[in-house]
Amino acid sequence: MSTIAPEDITVTPELLEKYEAVIGIECHVELKTESKMFCGCPNAFGGEPNTKVCPVCLALPGALPVPNAAAIDHMIRAGLAFGATIPPHSKFDRKNYFYPDMPKNYQISQYDMPLTQGGVVRYWLEDGTRGECRLTRIHLEEDTGKSTHASADGRLAGATSSLVDFNRAGVPLMECVGEPDIRSADEAVAFLETLARTFRQLGVSDVKMEEGSLRCDANVSIRLRGATEYGTKAEIKNMNSFRSVRRAIESEIARQIRVVESGGRVIQETRGWDEAAGTTHSQRSKEQAHDYRYFPDPDLVPIDVTAETVAAVKATLPVTPYEHYVRYVDEYGIDTKRATQLVDDAPLAAWFDRAVEASGNGQATVAFVLGDLSRLANESGTHVAEGKVTPEALAELVALTTSNAINSKAAKQVLETLWNEGGSAKAIVEREGLAQVSDRGAIEKIVDEVLAANPKVVADYQAGKLNVMGFLTGAVMKASRGKANPSLAQELLKEKLGA
Amino acid sequence: MDPIKDTAVSIARAVNAKEAAAAEIAEALIPHVSRVDAQLGAYLQLTPELMREHARRVDERVRAGETLPLAGVPVAIKDNMCLTGTRTTAGSKILEHFVAPYTATAVQRLLAAGALPIGKTNLDEFAMGSSCENSALGVTRNPYDLDRVPGGSSGGSAAAVGGFEATLSLGSDTGGSIREPAAFCNIVGFKPTYGRVSRYGLIAFASSLDQIGPFARTVEDAALTYDVIGGHDPLDATSVDRPLEPTAHALREDLRGVRVGIVKEFGLGQLDANVRACYEAAYADLEKLGAELVEVELPTAEYGLATYYLVAPAECSSNLARFDGVRYGLRVDGADVGEMYEKTRAAGFGPEVKRRILIGTYALSSGYYDAYYLKAQKARTKIAEDFARAFARCDVIASPAASTPAFGFNAKSDPVSMYLMDYYTIPVSLAGLPSLSVPCGAVVPEGGTRPMPLGLQLATPLFTERSLLGIAHAYERATRHAEKLSPVEIAAA
Amino acid sequence: MPTDRIDIRHVATLARLALTEDEIATYGAQLGNLMTHVDALANLDTAEVPATAQVVPSRNVQRADVLRPETSLTREAALQNAPDTVVGYFRVPRIIGEEG
Repeated sequence: MSTIAPEDITVTPELLEKYEAVIGIECHVELKTESKMFCGCPNAFGGEPNTKVCPVCLALPGALPVPNAAAIDHMIRAGLAFGATIPPHSKFDRKNYFYPDMPKNYQISQYDMPLTQGGVVRYWLEDGTRGECRLTRIHLEEDTGKSTHASADGRLAGATSSLVDFNRAGVPLMECVGEPDIRSADEAVAFLETLARTFRQLGVSDVKMEEGSLRCDANVSIRLRGATEYGTKAEIKNMNSFRSVRRAIESEIARQIRVVESGGRVIQETRGWDEAAGTTHSQRSKEQAHDYRYFPDPDLVPIDVTAETVAAVKATLPVTPYEHYVRYVDEYGIDTKRATQLVDDAPLAAWFDRAVEASGNGQATVAFVLGDLSRLANESGTHVAEGKVTPEALAELVALTTSNAINSKAAKQVLETLWNEGGSAKAIVEREGLAQVSDRGAIEKIVDEVLAANPKVVADYQAGKLNVMGFLTGAVMKASRGKANPSLAQELLKEKLGA
Repeated sequence: MDPIKDTAVSIARAVNAKEAAAAEIAEALIPHVSRVDAQLGAYLQLTPELMREHARRVDERVRAGETLPLAGVPVAIKDNMCLTGTRTTAGSKILEHFVAPYTATAVQRLLAAGALPIGKTNLDEFAMGSSCENSALGVTRNPYDLDRVPGGSSGGSAAAVGGFEATLSLGSDTGGSIREPAAFCNIVGFKPTYGRVSRYGLIAFASSLDQIGPFARTVEDAALTYDVIGGHDPLDATSVDRPLEPTAHALREDLRGVRVGIVKEFGLGQLDANVRACYEAAYADLEKLGAELVEVELPTAEYGLATYYLVAPAECSSNLARFDGVRYGLRVDGADVGEMYEKTRAAGFGPEVKRRILIGTYALSSGYYDAYYLKAQKARTKIAEDFARAFARCDVIASPAASTPAFGFNAKSDPVSMYLMDYYTIPVSLAGLPSLSVPCGAVVPEGGTRPMPLGLQLATPLFTERSLLGIAHAYERATRHAEKLSPVEIAAA
Repeated sequence: MPTDRIDIRHVATLARLALTEDEIATYGAQLGNLMTHVDALANLDTAEVPATAQVVPSRNVQRADVLRPETSLTREAALQNAPDTVVGYFRVPRIIGEEG
């Protein structure tokens, strides 16, 4: 067994089935505020280097931090959205270590008394399965600056010097620490997506991965399926998109399986994700273990959060994206893909909810909203919620189609008119005379005329060329100026031809 | 009006009354200070142009009808406080060439009140020391005996006022750094309640203890300065947001009804006989003024030094991490950034600073936190509780400010013997109490030739600055000890 | 108390201080001596005693989330004291390894 090199092992579906991955996610999310965490500099992405700095975020001698109230409020909202406990007492601590992009050479963070504790993130996967991951805590801290490595390829290796920009230093950051409840890369991504959509909906963060406002680390280990003990974990860093999270975790699980299958042991270490190579690689372990020497920051005073504050924040919390999703799927019978589409567009979801409230028909409503209505909105570059179609008008349209008062072609026409002019669906149907003709006698008359006018086609049909039925139905619809109930027309045609 | 010898109260009165111009005061002070300071070495940097500029502004404002509490008063600023455009060194090689791009709140308030900045004064590096000998940038001498230290860490600020090189100055006190040098230099040194004066712009030593306060030649001047620099500052989260009662107009002349606590554990037995006699006389004077002396107990005070030498270094080890050669200050190059840090900090910090960084790093390190840092924080609670119990029986606690008068250079080579200089002041600092040192007599020390001043430390409950200054004023008015001594330089002039 | 009770080399590494062999010996002895004084604290009964991080009982001191352009520094002021800069950045020797 020990003679096989890890790289010679192929990770087959059988091997993936033999092992179970255990994954814990930690992610840092930049909070959306006007100003930084401890000073009045702008919390904004980019800009010329070192132009969004002051004595505080540059850690000049004598400068002192004062916490941003909005960031603390955001934390409480974020925690409560996941059912976390908000302890009555909290404080800031200093995490001491040296790094050039950290101006004070300590980070103001929270050690043993975070603003939120516990909570559960419930999420769903693309195939509609659902899962949940407990949160250990969410704590508040400050971001570092950015260092750029001045080698030819901008990487650490081979650089002769590094350049430091402190514009980002002091941006408020929440660190979400998850329990090791996740079992696959897909679940990890689903967990992160739910975090992201919840934070966006709460307005606590924009979660722009491309701007680095969500950064994620994953602790990954494997064990034989059915085992209860955890395996040795590796910490994966430097994943900066959901896609790279998925790829990195999959690659790391495969690596660990190969190590174990070849008779080796996984060692506890930090591994960096190499996007280009598609693999994780060991980051040189430090000369000595970290000793962050946490202690309460004497420049700051404790934070007390009263039960009244917690209750007041709770009262203002919106329905979470997960709760929305579950309602769409379980109550309205909407499929996962479309339910997700709705959830990810909060204004559209809100508009949709009003329309469903009026129409009482989720499936028919979602078909319009994500179908023709979204198409019209896209074509004109306007959001559905900002267009002239009111949820109530759409509900009328839904009622008109489900009761067969108009046919689908007319419905399209009504919707276009609504989009361009607004108003009521019923009024448009009446004005344009679009009501579907379902009167047997009236349609029969048209059918007779069509059959009389097309003797050759009738003969073809009777000779067995059944596909001419489409032509005849079209002719009936055309003669009725599109108002005939198409199924009734077809039924009558068959009756007459077969007779 | 004599701009060199007069009090801040009388200088400001004269300038506000347009009897004297700030510009004249500046022109009188500039040559005087450069002459005197050649011997005293109180200043690390003189700022004559800035002083003239402020004098012009003060004269304009007074002409425009404003009344400024410190109009035209020459002041010195301890060089651990930022003042835009001036070098701000903290007495350290690591900041030797650092030019502050912003101004500390206390300094800004002082200047806005009409004070004229003479310069920045010497200190023990990063305010760590009790003699000013730990400065990496200069030697400051005691104005009452040039062979002796001025005390520390605010030695330059104390020497400047004691030596008549400034009417007022700002110091900072962490474990006694205002009170001990005030006692050594025959002046009043006042440390307000922790949180009363903004620390914004004060280069931190130990954040939970550091407090800015004034040096003055009278209690009234100290009160006037405190009224100007004190009060809430939104830029300092530890600055206390409660109204500041003006103190300068509430000073008293007698001590009837005041209960003065004499601390049982601070017995005078171990002091030199002459020093002891001086303090016994001081206590008797308080009684003569109508005060009642009561014995109080501070059973935990004996743990003060141990507590302080864990808490303060722990905070300092973290506060001084920012001096890394990246954004400002000294840099010694290295092959990589880690080597640069180690070489820069090795070259930039002096031995006392290194010792305290090492102690503090150790006290916070994994495995020792509970035994040292956390234990010290709990001891701190007990010390504060001791004071609270004592203040149930008295209104003010009196003790020596230091156990000896100013000592000679290089007299305390062992760090612990230097730390013992702050034996009386440290417990008060740990409890955050307002406290001051007021001159209470003089003794000729063994081996000395001239009488050297001693200071009486008074401390009152949190936020009772008004009561403290009132009591000190009554004692000062009745005894007038400061006036009985003259500094060397002034005597020769 | 032995003077080697403190691993000065390790502590100095944490504190990023390069020490000479002489300094290691001197500081090791001095710190050992100080820590024997500090050890007296063990005699103090602090069971049930809360820790004091701040003497003044303030809580929830926060600032409103507003920009304070008057406290910001121009880039020139931000860089004026820097030992080494290039095109608006602070420049440092190469960084080896990641921390944090």
